Amino acid sequence: MMKLLKGKPIIDQHDKSYMYGGKFGGNFIPETLKKPIEDLTKLFNKLRRDKKFIKERDYYFKNYVGSPTSFIKLYNLTEHLGGAQIYAKVVSEANGGAHKIYNAIVHALICKHAGKKYIIGDTGAGYAGKMLSMAAKKFGLKCKIFMGTKDMARQKPNCDAIRANGAEIIPVDSGSKTLVDAVSECMRYWVANCDTTHMCVGSTVGPNIFVKICAWSTAQISRELIVQINEEFGKVPKKLKLINCVGGGSSAIGFWNSFMDYNKNQVEFIGVEAGGPKKSKLHAAPLSNKSKIGILHGAAQYVVQDKEGQIKETHSISAGLDYPGVSPIHCFLKDVKRARYISATDEQALDAYKLVAKLEEIRPSLEPSHAFAEAIRIAPKLSKDTIIVVNSCGDAKKDKLILDKRLGKNHD
Amino acid sequence: MINSNITLAFENCKLEKRPALLTYIVGGDPNKNTTLKILNSIAPYVDICEIGMPHNTSVADGKQIQNSSYRALKAHTKLQDVFEIVKKFKKTDSTKPVILMGYFNQILQFGENKFLQTCKSIGVDGLIVVDLPFPENKLFSDKCKKNSINFVQLVAPTTSNERLKQIIKNSHDMIYYISMLSTTGGKLKVSSKKILKNYFKIKRLGKNKNIVIGFGITEKTIKSLKAADGLVVGSQLCKAIGDSLKAHKNPTITLNKIVKSLRSKIQ
Repeated sequence: MMKLLKGKPIIDQHDKSYMYGGKFGGNFIPETLKKPIEDLTKLFNKLRRDKKFIKERDYYFKNYVGSPTSFIKLYNLTEHLGGAQIYAKVVSEANGGAHKIYNAIVHALICKHAGKKYIIGDTGAGYAGKMLSMAAKKFGLKCKIFMGTKDMARQKPNCDAIRANGAEIIPVDSGSKTLVDAVSECMRYWVANCDTTHMCVGSTVGPNIFVKICAWSTAQISRELIVQINEEFGKVPKKLKLINCVGGGSSAIGFWNSFMDYNKNQVEFIGVEAGGPKKSKLHAAPLSNKSKIGILHGAAQYVVQDKEGQIKETHSISAGLDYPGVSPIHCFLKDVKRARYISATDEQALDAYKLVAKLEEIRPSLEPSHAFAEAIRIAPKLSKDTIIVVNSCGDAKKDKLILDKRLGKNHD
Repeated sequence: MINSNITLAFENCKLEKRPALLTYIVGGDPNKNTTLKILNSIAPYVDICEIGMPHNTSVADGKQIQNSSYRALKAHTKLQDVFEIVKKFKKTDSTKPVILMGYFNQILQFGENKFLQTCKSIGVDGLIVVDLPFPENKLFSDKCKKNSINFVQLVAPTTSNERLKQIIKNSHDMIYYISMLSTTGGKLKVSSKKILKNYFKIKRLGKNKNIVIGFGITEKTIKSLKAADGLVVGSQLCKAIGDSLKAHKNPTITLNKIVKSLRSKIQ
C-alpha cells in the first residue's frame, strides 16, 4: 500500500528504481543520458550534504534572490469575501519575479561545481528561462533557453529579459509549440551535448534527479513560510489551507514541503490546475481530469494523452501551467491523499486576478490567479478561524499582453 | 537463440563477409500503403527491417524522424496500422526479420502483454524501446524472450565499462551501439576510426553478440564503418521520403535507389 512517510524528505521517498509509491517517476531515458544522470545524481547527493554548499546556496538566496519574501494578510479580500482569513506568500517579490529563481540558482551552482561552462533550460511562461539566464549571467555561464514559439509570442516581456541577460533563445516550432515541446527539444540538445553542458529542467518534472533538485530548491518557500506563520499566529493554526497553482508543480511542492508531516485535517494542501477555457474540453489538468498514468519526459506520471499513448495538446491561458504532465511527487501526493487537486478555468483565473488587483496591492500572474480563484471560491464558506494562504508565486508584468487583450487596457 | 530470423540474417551476412544492412522507416509515413510498398521494394537489399511506431514526444529523435513520425500521425496511423503493415509484409517475406522501434508509453498504454502477444502472432522478430534502458528493462526484456522476440539493448559512448558488461550479459542476440552523442539524424561528428575503436571494445566484451552501429550513418559514411556486424540507416531514408513528397516524386522509387546504393557500398 502506498504511504507517505513521516520525517523523511518527500523527494527521497522513492524506491531503488526512483519511483514514488512504486508508480510515479523513475528514469525512462535514452541510454546516452544514463551516465550524465548518474553523475548528476552523485554530485547532487554530495552537495546537498555539504555544509559549504548549503552556505553558498543560502548566501545567494538571501543576497541575490532576496529571501525571505513577505507574508501578508489580504485584509480587503478577506473582508470582501467574509469567511476565512486570507493571506498571501508573495514569492513574486523574489528577484526576477517568481519562484523559478531558486531552481535556477541551484542549477547554476551545480553546473559550476560540475566544472561545466554551458547551461541549458526549458521555459513555458518564460520565468524559468529568465531566471536561468539571470543565474547564468551571475555565474559566468553560457546559456541557451528552449521555448515554444506560441509561448514566445504570448510572453514577450520575459523573452526580452532572457535576451537582455545575454542568453540565446532557441525557438521550438514543433508540436503544440509550448512547454512540452520546449522540454523535449531541450532534452534532445542535452542528449547531443551532455559531455559539456549542464541541463536544468524548469520544474519538478523529468528524470528523477531533476524532480529532486527543483523540489529541494523551491523548499525555501515553505522554510520561510513556517517561520512567518509561527511569528504571526504563535503556532501553526488548527485550520490552515495552503493553496497553490500546479503546472509542473515546482512552486506547490516548495510551498508545502515543510508542512508535509502535519495532519491533512490541520494543514490541507490544495493544488489548482489549469482547466483551460470554460465550456471546452481542452485543459492542462491531468490530476483533476482523470488522466491515466503514462510516461512523459522520462518519468511516469498522470498525463494528458490519448489511448495510443500520444501526448495530447493542452490549452491554458497561463503558459506556465500549459503542460500535459505533472510532477511525479504530486501524483504521489494525490494517490496517498495528502493533497487534493482541482482545476480553475481561464475565466475563473481572470476574474480572480481582477478581484485581487481591485482590492489589493499585489498583482499575481495568471498562474497563481488560478490558486486565488479557488481561495475566492471557498473562503466565504469557511469559518473565520480558518487561515488560507495562497502562494502568489509570479508577477503579472509578464502577462500584460494577455491581460490587456482579455480585460481591456485599463484593467487595474 | 531467441529469434532465428535475426540470427540467421547475421549468419548469412557473415558468410558473405559483409555487414548486415538495417533500414529504419516510420510505419505509416506518409501512409500505411506506401510504407508497405517501400518495404517490399527495399527488402531484397536489406537484411533487417526496422519499423518505427510513430510517437509525438520522441525525446531521442532528431528532426528527420520527428517529421516522419509527424507525417505518419497526421495520416492517423495507429499502432494497429503498424501491426497491419508488418503482417502484410511478413506474408510475402516471412523470414525477413522485422524490428519494431518506439517509446515505452506506447507499449504501456496498449498493454505490455497484449502488445507482445500481438507482436508474436504477426511475426515481429525484435523490439527497440528507446526510453527503457537497462536495468529498468529487465522484466520487459524477459517477457520478450518468452515470446521469441529479441529485445535489443542499446549502448552509447557514455555507457560505462561496468554497465557495458552487465548490459551485454543481459542482452539477447543483437545489441545496438549508438555511434555518438546525438539524437538520431545528427551529422557524424566523430571519426569512423574512433567509432570503430569503441565498437571493438564492446565487441571484445560480447564476442558472440551481433552488434550493429546506428546514428549518423548515410550513403556517405556507411562504407567507412563496414567492419561492424551491422549498420543502421534511418534518418537519411526518413528525410528522403519527406523530400520526395515535397517534390511530388514517388518515395518508393527514391528509397529503392538509396537502399540499393547503400547495399552496394558494403558489398
